[in-house]
Amino acid sequence: MAADSPAVLLEGLWKYFGSFPALRDVSFAVHPGAALALLGRNGAGKTTLLRILGGLSRPDRGKVTILGGATRSASVRARIGLLGHGIGIYDELSALENLTFHARLQGLAEPAKAAHAWLERTGLHAVRDGLAREFSRGMRQRLAVARAFLHEPSLFLLDEPFTALDDRAIAVLQSLLREALARGATVVMSTHQLREALELATDVAMVQKGRVVHSGPRTEAMLADPALLYRTYGEPL
Amino acid sequence: MKFLRPALLIASKDLRSEFRTKETLNASFSFALAILVLFSFAFDPDSDMIRQIAGGLLWMVFAFSSALILNRGFAREVPNDCLDTLIASPVSGAQLFLGKTLANYVLLLLVEAVSLPVFGVFYNANWARRLGPLMLVFVLAAWALAVMGTMFSALTVNLRLRELMLPALLYPALVPALMAAIQLTNLLIAGDTVGKEDQIWFRLLAGFDAIFTLLGLALAETVFVG
Repeated sequence: MAADSPAVLLEGLWKYFGSFPALRDVSFAVHPGAALALLGRNGAGKTTLLRILGGLSRPDRGKVTILGGATRSASVRARIGLLGHGIGIYDELSALENLTFHARLQGLAEPAKAAHAWLERTGLHAVRDGLAREFSRGMRQRLAVARAFLHEPSLFLLDEPFTALDDRAIAVLQSLLREALARGATVVMSTHQLREALELATDVAMVQKGRVVHSGPRTEAMLADPALLYRTYGEPL
Repeated sequence: MKFLRPALLIASKDLRSEFRTKETLNASFSFALAILVLFSFAFDPDSDMIRQIAGGLLWMVFAFSSALILNRGFAREVPNDCLDTLIASPVSGAQLFLGKTLANYVLLLLVEAVSLPVFGVFYNANWARRLGPLMLVFVLAAWALAVMGTMFSALTVNLRLRELMLPALLYPALVPALMAAIQLTNLLIAGDTVGKEDQIWFRLLAGFDAIFTLLGLALAETVFVG
């Protein structure tokens, strides 16, 4: 990937569910090191868009380029950290087994070392041999964050990352995302938690009925009034 | 080896989960043992009767108890959206399919390994007389069950009625493999050799395995991503 080429490039993307167009002619670019907040009401198409970016679904029309390659390329997927609605953790495995499995899946050279390091960073090392199903909700969420970060991705795709997180997990996630952005990683996140997202975002895109009706830099006015974009485009909060 | 490594990793993860909870193994063993015991009361197991029913009975037990194992293969990935995490990882659809098939295969072989001696005891059958060829039948037919079951389990994983849909799709598709397995098992448990005219059943089983393994590997990416 050339240094100046976008980390995410969408060109004329359409996605249909039956005859219903969930995404309509979506085009935008996200540059390396940027954090894009995807805003919009439920059903606007944010999750569909993130699933296509993550290689979980294919568009019906249009072109997607992620980190200079195709979404289903193994080398591209090895550089993506995905945190979706589900936590992606196996309840019947321990915290250490979960992270070691994912580290091996990502092809890390020292999976056990990476797993221990991330358990430490997320405050779960003391309970590393406990089964995930025995964890509190907050602990499971921190384990999910560790799972998404342990291979140090270049691109984070986060679907409602702050929803249902406890305060400690929000703090952990925000701090890790700031750190990732500082090392040049790119973030695309959909969210309804406007304040948390806008504090991190460098860019904002508003999705309405499958179309991107606004995209551009996050402004100070948005930070001061997080509901500004929703009001501008007549969206109920 | 590079292709196999992620598949083995997924298979070992599934087996570790299963051996820890034993949820499908216990259900599958219980089902197989109950059917074998009940049928032993229904029939008078003399040697002629065994010759006629051994293959059909054993493969009916294996086929029905396998549905419990095969249904769980991908259903295990549904809680917490683990399947999305696997699909989004650098592992290809074919590697994911192979890993799941291998885990199901090991579990099916375990059920067969426990059921066969039980069958021998309750039906007074000396199943070990043609042990080598009989094991070959079990290994080939279990792979047919595993590969076909994993393919349909992947197709039905997101359906509300997946527990009902899997057997409805699986059993008709398995008819050629089950026919071959039943014919060969009948012969071998009766102590007969597999003559030239019966070699076709081995060829049918091997061909079934090869075709559907290649088909599963080729279609996996489309099944998972669309």
